[in-house]
Amino acid sequence: MDWLAFNLSIKLSLVTVLILLPVGILIGRLLANRRFPGRFLLQSLITLPLVLPPTVLGYYLLVSFNPDHGLGKWLADSFDLRLIFSFEGLVLASVIFNLPFAIQPMQRAFSAIPVEIREAAQCCGLNHWRVLWKIELPLAWPGILMGLIMTFAHTLGEFGIVLMVGGNIPGETQTLAIAIYEKMQLFDRPAASVMALTLLIFSMLTLSLSFWLSARSEKRYV
Amino acid sequence: MSKTGISVSLSQQQPIPLQVKLTCKPGELLALTGPSGSGKTTVLRAIAGLYRAKNGQIECNGEIWQDGKRFLPAHRRHVGLVFQQYALFPHLTVFDNIRLALPKQSKVEQSREVMTLLAQVHLAGLEKRYPKQLSGGQKQRVAVARALARKPAVLLLDEPFSAVDQVTRRKLYRELLLLRQSLAIPIILVTHDLEESALLADKIALLHRGEVLQTGAPETLLKRPQTVTIARLMDQQNVFEGCVIEQAPNQTTLNWHGIVLYAQAQPDWPVGGKVYWMIPASGILLHRRDRPSRGEKENPLSGRIVEYFEINGQAHICVTVDQTPLCKLSINVPLHVAQRNRLRPGEAIGFSVLAQHIHLMPGKG
Repeated sequence: MDWLAFNLSIKLSLVTVLILLPVGILIGRLLANRRFPGRFLLQSLITLPLVLPPTVLGYYLLVSFNPDHGLGKWLADSFDLRLIFSFEGLVLASVIFNLPFAIQPMQRAFSAIPVEIREAAQCCGLNHWRVLWKIELPLAWPGILMGLIMTFAHTLGEFGIVLMVGGNIPGETQTLAIAIYEKMQLFDRPAASVMALTLLIFSMLTLSLSFWLSARSEKRYV
Repeated sequence: MSKTGISVSLSQQQPIPLQVKLTCKPGELLALTGPSGSGKTTVLRAIAGLYRAKNGQIECNGEIWQDGKRFLPAHRRHVGLVFQQYALFPHLTVFDNIRLALPKQSKVEQSREVMTLLAQVHLAGLEKRYPKQLSGGQKQRVAVARALARKPAVLLLDEPFSAVDQVTRRKLYRELLLLRQSLAIPIILVTHDLEESALLADKIALLHRGEVLQTGAPETLLKRPQTVTIARLMDQQNVFEGCVIEQAPNQTTLNWHGIVLYAQAQPDWPVGGKVYWMIPASGILLHRRDRPSRGEKENPLSGRIVEYFEINGQAHICVTVDQTPLCKLSINVPLHVAQRNRLRPGEAIGFSVLAQHIHLMPGKG
C-alpha cells in the first residue's frame, strides 16, 4: 500500500471539499433562487466537466497555466505561483472538475425549499443572512452534505485530469489512482490490487452514505 | 407612534396591472376579495414588502413603508403574515417556529411569551411538536401565533381557511372573530369566498383584474353594488336591464320588458334612461298558497318553477316570469317555507319583488 499516495489523495479530496463548500452553497443558492441574464450560460459552464473528457479540461488547464506565457507567466512572475505539476494546480483542476458534483445537489436542495418558507422567515424579521443560516442551511443540509460526499469520492478516484495537470510526482502530485496505474505498469499487481480495493471500499462507503442521507432527507419533514 | 392604521396606494401596468387604494383602521377587518387571478395575493405581498409595485405609497401608523424613494424590506416591516399553506418551518418545533419571530429578549421572557401566544390560539401543550405532526387547523393556529409574535402593526391573512375542512373552518372563523376583539391592529384578509368575506369583515374591497372596484360594508357591496360588473362579481343572480319611466319623491318606477316595477326612490337616474337593476335573492317574497300575506301587493309577479334544489337549509328556486318568460329570477326561501308551500319544478307560484331591495346601476353606454 502506497500510503504517501493515499494521504495525498485524502488531502486533495479534503481541500477540494473545503473550497467547494462555500462555493457550492453560494452558486447553488444563486442558481436555485434567482433568474438573471447568463444563468443558463453559468449552468452550462458548471455542468461542462460532466460531459467533457478529463483530458480536454486538463489540456486547457495545461495551456492556460503554462508558466512561459499568458496567465501562467503572469501568475509565476507576480506571485511565484506555478500551477503545472504542483499540488496547487491539482487542487485548482480538482475544484473545476468537481463543480457539477458539488453544486448540482446543493442547487436541488435549495430549489426544494418553498418560496413561502423564505418569505415567512423574512416576515418574521429575519434578514438575508439569518434566513440563510436559520432556515435555508438546516433545510438544505442533506443536499449540501451529499454534494460534498460526491465531491470527496469523485476526487479520490479522479485519474485523467490529475495526470494531465499534475503528472506523476510522488508526494507532490501522485494520487492513489495514479499510483495504481504506475504499479500496473510495473507489473506490481498485489500492490495495485490492495490500493484498488481500498479505493473501491472507500467509494462504496461514501456513495452508500450519500444515498442513505438522500432517502432520509426525503421523508424527514413530510 | 400614533395608531392610524394602514393606507395603501399601488399602481402599475406591468407585469401585473394594479390600481389599488385601500385603508384599514386599527381594530378593523378588511376583506380583500375577488375572483382567482384578480391580484389579491399580490396586493398582500406588496403590503408585506415581498413585492415591489412600480408606483406605491404604503404608510402604516405614520411610518412610510413605500413611496417614490423608499422601500422597506419585509424583515423591517412589522407585519404578521399568515400564508395560505401556513409556511411553517418544518425543521423547527412549534415553540421554535413562534420564538423565531419574537423580538430580541431574554430566553425566559421569550419562553413566557411563546406560552402566552400558544394559550391564546388554544395550542398549549403542543409546543414540542413538529409541523408534520399537526392537523391543518393546528398548523393554521401556529401560523397565527407566529404572525402575532412579531408584534405586528398589521395582520395579513392570505386565504388562511382554504386548506382546512368545513367543520374546522367554522371553528377557526369563531376563533378569528374572538381574537380580533383583543387586537387593536388593522387586519387584512384575502379570500375569494364571498360568504367568508361577508361573515368576517367590517369592510370589503372588491378586486378585479388588479383594480379595486368598490370598497364598503359587506351589506353595501351585496345590496348596493355600484356597477353591474360588481353585482355579478358579488354573485348576484337577479341582474336585469330596464328603463326608468317615472321619478316621484318617494319612488322610482321602472319598465322591465313591459312590467312596471316600483322601487324605493333613487333620484339620480333620469327618466327615459336605460339602467341595470338588481334584487338580491332574499329580496323576493314568496306568496303563500293557503292565504294572502303582507306584501303581496308590492310588485306582484307570477311564474313557474324551472329549477329547485336544497342546500344549507335553504331552498333555491329559479322561476320564469309569466309576463316575460325569457327572464328568470332566483329566489331563496327557508326550507320549511318551501316544504309548506310544496314547491317543486313545474309548479306555478306568485311572488313580490320588494321595492326597498330594488337597486339601480348604470346601464349600457
